Amino acid sequence: MSKPVIATAHFTGCFGCHMSILDIDERILDLVELVEFNKSPINDIKNFTKPVDIGIIEGGISNDENAEILMEFRKHCKILVAIGACALTGGVPSMRNLVPLKECLEEAYLNGPTVKSENTGIIPNDPDIPVLLDRVYPCHEVVKIDYFLPGCPPSADTIWNALVALLKGEPLNLDYELIKYD
Amino acid sequence: MTHHYREQIKNIASKYGNDRGYLMNIAHDIVNEFGYISDEMVSNLADVLNLPVVQVRDMISFYAFFPRKPLGKNVIRLCNAVIERMKGADEVGKAFEKALGISFGETTKDNLFTLLHTPCIGLSDQAPSALINKIPLTNLKPADVPQIISELKAGKDVSDLPQARVQLNLKKEGEVICAPLDSGTALRNALNMKPEEVIGEINKSRLRGRGGAGFPTAMKWDFCRKQKSPIRYLICNADEGEPGTFKDRVILTEYPDLVFEGMTIAGYAIGAKEGIMYLRGEYAYLLENLEKVLAKRRHLGLLGEHICGREDFNFDIRIQLGAGAYVCGEESALIESAEGKRGAPRDRPPFPVQKGYKGEPTSVNNVETLCCAARILEKGGEWFSKIGTKDSTGTKMLSVSGDCEHPGVYEVEYGITIENLLELVGAKDTQAVQVGGASGKCVAPKDFGRRISFEDLPTGGSIMIFGKNRDLLECMYQFVEFFVEESCGWCVPCRAGTTLLEKKFRQILDGKGTAQSLAELRRIAQTVKSMSRCGLGQTSANPVLTTIYDFADLYAEKIKEENGKLLTFDLQKAMKVGIEASGRTKEGVK
Repeated sequence: MSKPVIATAHFTGCFGCHMSILDIDERILDLVELVEFNKSPINDIKNFTKPVDIGIIEGGISNDENAEILMEFRKHCKILVAIGACALTGGVPSMRNLVPLKECLEEAYLNGPTVKSENTGIIPNDPDIPVLLDRVYPCHEVVKIDYFLPGCPPSADTIWNALVALLKGEPLNLDYELIKYD
Repeated sequence: MTHHYREQIKNIASKYGNDRGYLMNIAHDIVNEFGYISDEMVSNLADVLNLPVVQVRDMISFYAFFPRKPLGKNVIRLCNAVIERMKGADEVGKAFEKALGISFGETTKDNLFTLLHTPCIGLSDQAPSALINKIPLTNLKPADVPQIISELKAGKDVSDLPQARVQLNLKKEGEVICAPLDSGTALRNALNMKPEEVIGEINKSRLRGRGGAGFPTAMKWDFCRKQKSPIRYLICNADEGEPGTFKDRVILTEYPDLVFEGMTIAGYAIGAKEGIMYLRGEYAYLLENLEKVLAKRRHLGLLGEHICGREDFNFDIRIQLGAGAYVCGEESALIESAEGKRGAPRDRPPFPVQKGYKGEPTSVNNVETLCCAARILEKGGEWFSKIGTKDSTGTKMLSVSGDCEHPGVYEVEYGITIENLLELVGAKDTQAVQVGGASGKCVAPKDFGRRISFEDLPTGGSIMIFGKNRDLLECMYQFVEFFVEESCGWCVPCRAGTTLLEKKFRQILDGKGTAQSLAELRRIAQTVKSMSRCGLGQTSANPVLTTIYDFADLYAEKIKEENGKLLTFDLQKAMKVGIEASGRTKEGVK
């Protein structure tokens, strides 16, 4: 029987959730035995090469590239799991949602105190740079998400337990400490 | 500016003995005088009544008929209830906007006109309708609008307009409500009995409350009478705000004597000296005649001191005018409002029969219930109990509107099937029947054999018929919108839940819903229903809950599965600002 295939992606956030995945320490050896990794920043596979069983996504959706990759993940993954505050709610990056995007850009590139002198700034417009969206969206506002793991980041044990439960098709029981955030 | 109203507010308040219990009346008088009631006036009034400003503002801001900013000289309130829109209210609205050059919610520059929307004003049988300066106009057509405006501009009185005519539309007279009454006959019969015997007679008739809930009237009166308190009150609930209901309009126009007779009998039975009729603000135009009838009854010795020569029975009635709030039809909200407060429902227990108006035992009865009570005392409980079905004795006044040949009020025996009713009113090709108003049940053709009765399909009187060409879900959506507007805001499940429901429903109707959205819609509806504090919230999800199974096909048509992609997310739209701000062209986007 072939191993279940896993893919992961990082959108707008701090990569902390991926760090937390790596925090499973030596269990990563078990994981490699259990599953096969496809597209992921961990192994640097850039494109999907086969259908994926579980997609794990971190971060909110703040630009067109994020949105397109998320949609691609939805297309290729049977199950999508959003992990961490940014994926679930937009998190810290979504604090910019309180200010209209145009004002944000003008403050950063045209009028801010760190802009060298007046009238020399420019809002970046290179075609290679992704276009910022009007606000930062949580993942479930862009595609259907099957499971949510809260936390900033969710601890390695939370991720490990969730993944194992999902792979074995068992109910997920998380200890109180694992879902207590204060 | 300040001085000139300060004195007048003082005079108005002193007219009511500076009693905060009359705050509704005081506010009505201020609005009649100045056209609105500003924050400054509120502070001023609070000073005069020696109340905290927030308490007065809290109350004023609750009611649609107490504007807080100046409105135009003529205030046009076009009704946008479901049936009204089916009959072309939107087109009439556009004609008003065009003729006045303003949108709804705005006032013309010359301050002559303000254009507003209002929920059901009890004229669905002669829609589209509007209240202009509180006078009802009916059967409006877009072509009428320019003339109406020009005549108002010329200073003509609204009541002289040809459209200012409310048809009675009483289509079927039954033997309980719509029969002649010799004023005082029933009352004299009652006074010949002990109060307990009067309640016994009502008990024999098995009369149940006509507002919709169907609580046994005799039991309510008995509870109220048995409370240990020297003061008790009787309230007649004439605040029929349920969309599509207008039977009280007909009763109060045609049979006011019967209502007041019933109130007096109820007052005698429970031991009250004071009765209040809470009349919805939209029916202010009925007030003059009702006061006349009351005066006549006082003159005949049927009201006031020593009624019918009885030394020991004094009872009088005052009419409390509401100010445009649907939730005030709920009895505890109605009591709050009658006390001069915002119409927020109370927690129960205690029930109004224990602690009601001013904290005293109070029986709140529907207009129609009191009519039945009077007729029972005239003709006997035995006679009444033989009409209708086992658990629903007597007749029911139904307000029928929508897609049928003869909309109007029908007094029918309880137990009539929907099928027979549809035949009676001349409805063909019916897609669905809404029984019991926005908060009621949407009945599909497979259930047209069901009966109007407490044991099967209860209703306060509203029957709305939707023909096969109507977009039924859009109509249900309008009910949901109505509840967003009318939620009093006290509890979260209703305040937030109705809005969430409205948004999710809109998404689905716009073809942006997925199977997941449908499940979410059902879940929100269930939460709103089970967690809300009062009847309004608990029933506000009914437009969804009563259609989502019986009309599942209509919902299914709206759902497009896009393989997990959400149709509510529009990437192009989300990118627009970013592209514009950085001055990229289309080609500049990777």
